[in-house]
Amino acid sequence: MNVSGVSLHSGVTLIVATRKGLFFVQATSDRSRWTLLEPVFLGHICHHAVLDPRDGRTLVAAAVTGHLGPTIFRSDDAGQTWHEAQRPPAFDKAKPGTTPRVVDHTFWLTPGHVSQPDVWWAGTSPQALWKSSDAGNTWESVRGFNDHPDYELRTEDPQAGTPDGPILHSILVDPRDANHLYFGLSGGGVYESCDAGESWTPLNHGMAITNQDPGGDMEIQPSSIEWKEMGPDHDPHCVQMHPLNPDVLYQQNHCGIYRLERPASTWKRIGRNMPANVGDIGFVVGLHPRDADTCWVFPMDGTDVWPRTSPGGIPAVYATQDAGKTWHPQTRGLPERGWFTVKRQGMSVDGGEPAGVYFGTTSGEVWGSVDEGQTWACLARHLPEIYAVEAVVVA
Amino acid sequence: MKVFIPDALRSYTAEARCVEANGDTLDELLVDLDRRFPGIRFRMINEQDEMRPHVAFFVHGAKTRDLNAGLAGSDEVIIMQALSGG
Repeated sequence: MNVSGVSLHSGVTLIVATRKGLFFVQATSDRSRWTLLEPVFLGHICHHAVLDPRDGRTLVAAAVTGHLGPTIFRSDDAGQTWHEAQRPPAFDKAKPGTTPRVVDHTFWLTPGHVSQPDVWWAGTSPQALWKSSDAGNTWESVRGFNDHPDYELRTEDPQAGTPDGPILHSILVDPRDANHLYFGLSGGGVYESCDAGESWTPLNHGMAITNQDPGGDMEIQPSSIEWKEMGPDHDPHCVQMHPLNPDVLYQQNHCGIYRLERPASTWKRIGRNMPANVGDIGFVVGLHPRDADTCWVFPMDGTDVWPRTSPGGIPAVYATQDAGKTWHPQTRGLPERGWFTVKRQGMSVDGGEPAGVYFGTTSGEVWGSVDEGQTWACLARHLPEIYAVEAVVVA
Repeated sequence: MKVFIPDALRSYTAEARCVEANGDTLDELLVDLDRRFPGIRFRMINEQDEMRPHVAFFVHGAKTRDLNAGLAGSDEVIIMQALSGG
């Protein structure tokens, strides 16, 4: 299936994936004005769409509808024309005595290492990792994880998972080593591979677990009898690797904000330094493109039945410039009151000087700051529920 | 034989609402349909060869959820796509 698309000019663009299609918001060269373009795949549920930074022209988008099966669309001309993948992610036909698995939707897309120009990675619900070696046209199961004997111990039962299904997300490729990968499982924890996905090791020490810590107030260490090294009690919502210092990882977890500096393997809960009345629950974390000690989060209310809106109904980005030792709110320009959520793919940071920080809301607004969070402006509104925002540079 | 395509799948058939495809069973017909319009089958049939929910097939007016249902050359197959939701 081929689909006509949009005409993008070169420069900073926000790719906004929503519950009802894919949108593009384009900036002028000084990022002072933003233009919302007409939607692509209107009516499709688009969980993620990514521009390949290796060529600045290839786009890959994950799409599904309410009733049709999941698929992948690709564009190699910066969104002007789109073609459906010949073989989207799909499990093998189940052998007798095994549990049949059916891909519900592709949730996450990550371009591969710069040395492998046609490689892409994808994460799905149910939780599985997929690799494409032809720029997203055909996808192969990564059997080192998907068919591992411990698969059911590591992952979350699709029938018992999060409301939108358990997901594999935050696929990270070490820019120094194409064989070094991470991903997150909600629920299930963080995993690392040093052999291009052939084998995976849990990387969860230091992380609180959900069932014992619903409010994020109690940290359970590996020495506790209740703590497990892997399994669906771990719930990293979003994991990010610093582009210039790939040893630095940040994580917004169901139970708090964490930082890890490799080769250490125990996450440190830097969210404990957030104001007590705000807490450190949320979905997103965005990293500064150059300073590995700076990041942004968007705290949400994780009390009672977890409204997942801003604490007190006061939308606020919180930033740290010292690796989480201190945090300060950045609210100038944001509404004084608001009741929306920013989902785990909903924040992105561009490489500009100063860096631009952007987030999309479940109420269909795109907010941006081109001065690293000091002031905010609404760049687009009245969109469908936003799942993902990616700040990219079109060639 | 004639196969009627629902709105939601006509992006695969260049907007044609009625196309030709052949097969001795519904399964064979859908394989042939996918050969002519690549990708259309997976939107209706999952990787376990199960019909996706809310996709219905009518063979000569009778609804079936059996991919092994036999077809004759004179049959018409209508694919119906539920559009419930919000």
